[in-house]
Amino acid sequence: MADLSIDFAGIRSPNPFWLASAPPTNSGAQIHRAFEAGWGGAVWKTIGPPVLNVSNRYGAWHYGGQRMLAINNVELISDRPLEVNLREIVEVKRAWPDRAVIVSAMVESKPEAWNEIVRRIEDTGADGIELNYGCPHGMSERGMGAAVGQVPEYCEQITRWVMDAAHIPVIVKLTPNITNIATPARAAVAAGATALSLINTLNSIVGVDLDTLELTPNIGGKGGHGGFAGPAVKPIALNMLAALGTDEVVGNSGRPISAMGGITTWRDAAEFLLLGAHSLQVCTAVMHYGFRIIEDLCDGLSNWMDSKGFLSPADVRGRSLNRISDFKNFDLSFRAVARIDEAKCIRCDLCYVACNDTAHQCIDVFGASGQVVEPHAYGVRSNGKREAVETRPQPRVREADCVGCRLCYNVCPVEQCIQMIEVPSGREPVTWDELVKASPAVTEDWTAMEEYREKTGIEIH
Amino acid sequence: METKGLAELLPPLSVQEALVEAHRCLFCYDAPCTHACPTHIDIPRFIKKIATDNLTGSARTILDSNLLGATCARVCPVEELCEGACVLGQNHRPVMIGRLQRYAMDHVYDRGGPTNTLAPSTGRSVAVIGAGPAGLSCAGELARRGHSVTIFEKRELGGGLSTYGIISLREPVEASLREVVMIERMGVKIETDRELGRNISFYQLREDFDAVFLGVGLGATQTMGIPGEELIVDGLDYIESSKLNGTGMKIGRNVVVVGAGNTAIDCAIVAQRLGAETVTMLYRRSALEMTAYAHEFEFIKKEGVTVRFLTQPVRVLADQGRIIGLECVRMELGPAADGTGRRAPAPVDGSEFVLAADQVVKAVGQQKLLVEGLKVDRGFIQVNAEFETSVPGLFAGGDCVRAKGSASTVMAVEDGKLAAAAIHRRIMAPNHERRIIKEG
Repeated sequence: MADLSIDFAGIRSPNPFWLASAPPTNSGAQIHRAFEAGWGGAVWKTIGPPVLNVSNRYGAWHYGGQRMLAINNVELISDRPLEVNLREIVEVKRAWPDRAVIVSAMVESKPEAWNEIVRRIEDTGADGIELNYGCPHGMSERGMGAAVGQVPEYCEQITRWVMDAAHIPVIVKLTPNITNIATPARAAVAAGATALSLINTLNSIVGVDLDTLELTPNIGGKGGHGGFAGPAVKPIALNMLAALGTDEVVGNSGRPISAMGGITTWRDAAEFLLLGAHSLQVCTAVMHYGFRIIEDLCDGLSNWMDSKGFLSPADVRGRSLNRISDFKNFDLSFRAVARIDEAKCIRCDLCYVACNDTAHQCIDVFGASGQVVEPHAYGVRSNGKREAVETRPQPRVREADCVGCRLCYNVCPVEQCIQMIEVPSGREPVTWDELVKASPAVTEDWTAMEEYREKTGIEIH
Repeated sequence: METKGLAELLPPLSVQEALVEAHRCLFCYDAPCTHACPTHIDIPRFIKKIATDNLTGSARTILDSNLLGATCARVCPVEELCEGACVLGQNHRPVMIGRLQRYAMDHVYDRGGPTNTLAPSTGRSVAVIGAGPAGLSCAGELARRGHSVTIFEKRELGGGLSTYGIISLREPVEASLREVVMIERMGVKIETDRELGRNISFYQLREDFDAVFLGVGLGATQTMGIPGEELIVDGLDYIESSKLNGTGMKIGRNVVVVGAGNTAIDCAIVAQRLGAETVTMLYRRSALEMTAYAHEFEFIKKEGVTVRFLTQPVRVLADQGRIIGLECVRMELGPAADGTGRRAPAPVDGSEFVLAADQVVKAVGQQKLLVEGLKVDRGFIQVNAEFETSVPGLFAGGDCVRAKGSASTVMAVEDGKLAAAAIHRRIMAPNHERRIIKEG
C-alpha cells in the first residue's frame, strides 16, 4: 500500500492533505476535529491586525442543479483576537505533533510588524508560516494581501523581512489575480522563500438578484467583488501550478509548492500531484461537505497509486509536467477522429446538434435502412413509443470530414460512448515552430498556406 | 367505513422534486419523447424552462402543441408515449415527463390560468359539437386563428370524458373544468344542454356557420343481452357518480365488473377504493387479448382486485329487484379469429357457476353514435386525411372517428388540432363560400 506521508521543506504530515487557511481553520476546536477525521495538516486562518466582518459574506455559483460549483467570499482574516489564536495554535500543535500546523499571517507592510508576528508564531511551536499575499478583498484595500501579491517588488521586500526573522519554513502564498504567475513567484524565490503556495481566490462578482436588482450576496444593499474558489477554479489552478513547474527560475529553484484551487476529490488531488504539487490544500469542498471527505481523498488516492505502482506522493509528483508544452510545439500532423459506440449510444443526438450547429458538420443521422435521414423527419400523425424508438436514427461520424475537435466527446452524456481514436494522418510530423523555420512564407501568407495545404494533403472544409 | 377515496393518486411535484427531475433531462435534440407524443409537445424545451424557472414559458411551450396540457399531463399513458421513449430509460429511469408537465400547467392555472395570443378576427365562424377533448382542442385552435367558435354540448358541463369519465384518482373534475374556462377565455362560446338532433339541427348550423366539427365521442355502454341486465350499472355512469356525486354514490359489498378495458379498470378502482369488500373483474377472453394498458393491469392487481379471465356472465340473479349473484360460464378460445382479429371465445358446456355479487358494473365498450347521413367505417364516422366527413364542410375527430388506432384523450386533442388546421385552410381559401355544407 502506498505511503501517503510527505516531507514538505521539513514539514512532515501523514498525508498530503492540509486544510487551507480559511473558515475551516478558524479555531483550535475545528482543527482538532479535522485532525481527528484524518487531515494531514492545517494552515491556520490568517492572523494579523484587528478586523470586523459582515453578514452575507459567502456567495455561491450553482449550475445545472449542482450546488456550489464555486464559492465567493468577502470574509476577512481571523476576527478572533491574536492572543486567542496564538494560544490555540500552541494547544493544537502540542496535541497533534505528527500533523502539519502552519500559520498564515498578514500584517502591516513594516519590517517591525512582520518581525514581531514571525517571532510570536515561532513561539507557538508551529511548523511553518504562510504569508498571505493573496486576499483580494478588504485586506487589499488596507495595503495587505493581494495589494502585496500583485506587486513583485513588495512581494520580494516583505519576504526578505520575513526570511531575516524566521527560523521555520516560510511559504509565500500567491494571488492568481495577476498577468503572469511566474513573476511574483520569482520575486518570492529571489527573496529566499522556503516554499510557495497557490492559488488564492480570484476576483469575482457572483451574481445579481433578478427580483431586487441588488448584487448577490447582498450586504445591506451593497455588494462587490469577492474571492472565488471551488471546483470551477480547478483548471485555472492547474494551469498556474504547471506554469511554476515549467518556469525556468521557479521550476529549477527546488522550492516545494503547496497547491490548492478546487480540489474536491482524490482525482483532483492526483492531477495536482502530477503537475508538481508537494502538498495539497482544500477549502471549498470541506465547506460544502465537512471534514469527513478526507477519508476518500486518502483512500481513493492510495488505491489509485497502488494501481499505478506509485509508492508515495513524491513518486507521483510532477510526472506529467514534461507533457506541458506550447502550441508551437504540438504536432500539426497528429490526427484523431471521434467514433461513436453504437451499442452504448442512447441516441440523444446531443453530439449531432453540437457538431452540426457549432463545430464541423461531420455527424449524420442514419435511418434504420442505413441511409442518411434528416432530423424531425417523422410524420405529424406519428405517435407512441414504438415508432419513436424503433425509427430513432443513429448518429454516426463521417470520419473523413471529422477534424477531431472533440466537442461531441465532451457533450456525450454516456460514459465511454464517444472515443477519440488516433488515426494516421499520412503526413510527416511537423510543428508550427518547425514550419516557421522551414517555410516562413507558409506562416505569413495565405496563398503560400493554401499551396502548402494542397501539397501536404490538408483539407479543411 | 374508512375508504381509500379517489383523491388524485400522484401528488404534485414539489419545487425541489421538479428541479431535480428537470435537470435530469438531457435536452435531446429532435427528442424521441416529442416524437412519441401524439401532439408532439416540445418536451425538452418545456422541461428546460422548468429548470430555468421560466414556468410561464414552459406552460406556453406545452400549450403551443396541446391546449389540454393539464389533462394530458394526468391521463396520458406516458409509459406508452413520451416516457416510454425517453433515452434515459435505456440505462436508468425515464424523466417524469407527465408529472413535470402537470407541474408547469398547474403553476399557471393556480395563478389565473394561461393566456393565449389570438389572431385578429377573420369574420369566419365554426360550430363545434361536443365539448370533450377533441371539441375543446379544435375550438381553441380555431379561436387562436381568429375564428368565432361556438361549442354545442349536450351535457351540463364541458370537458367531456375529462369531466365525466376519467376517475378523480387520475384527474379531478376541477382540473378539467379549469381547461374549459381557459378555452372560453379564448373567446369560444359554449352552449350547454344543446344536442344535435334534439335542439339543434344541421340545417340551422348550415345557416349560421362556415364549417362544423363533430367531436361527439361514443355513446352509451353496449348491451350484453343477458337476463337481468336492467339491474346492471353502466360503467360510465358509475365513474360519473364517483366524480360528481362521490359521497352519495352506492357501492356494493361484492362488486363484479364486466370487461377488461381501461374503463373497466377504472370502475374496479372506484369500487375498491370507495368501500367494496371484494371486487372481481370478468373478461371473456384471456390476458393476451386485454385492451387495458399493462401498467394499469398491474396497478389494479396491487389494489386487490381479482381478475377472472375466460369468464362470461350469462344471467343476473336477483331477489325482489336486488342483485344477489351473477351466473357465469367458463369460456375457451377457439382457433379461429373473430371480427376483431382475436381468437373467438366460446362457452364451455356445463361450466356454469355463480359468483356472489350485490352490484354488477358493465364496461364492455361503448356504442357508436349514429349521425344521420354520414358514411361510417366499422360504425365510426369516416373521415379523410383532412378530418372531413362524407359531407363537405363537416369535419370530425376524437373517439367518434377512431376506427383505426387507439382512442385516447391525447389522440382526440391532436385530432381536434389537426382538424382545426384543415378547417382553417378550408374556410380561409379564396374560393370559400359561406354555407358550404351540403346535404349528404
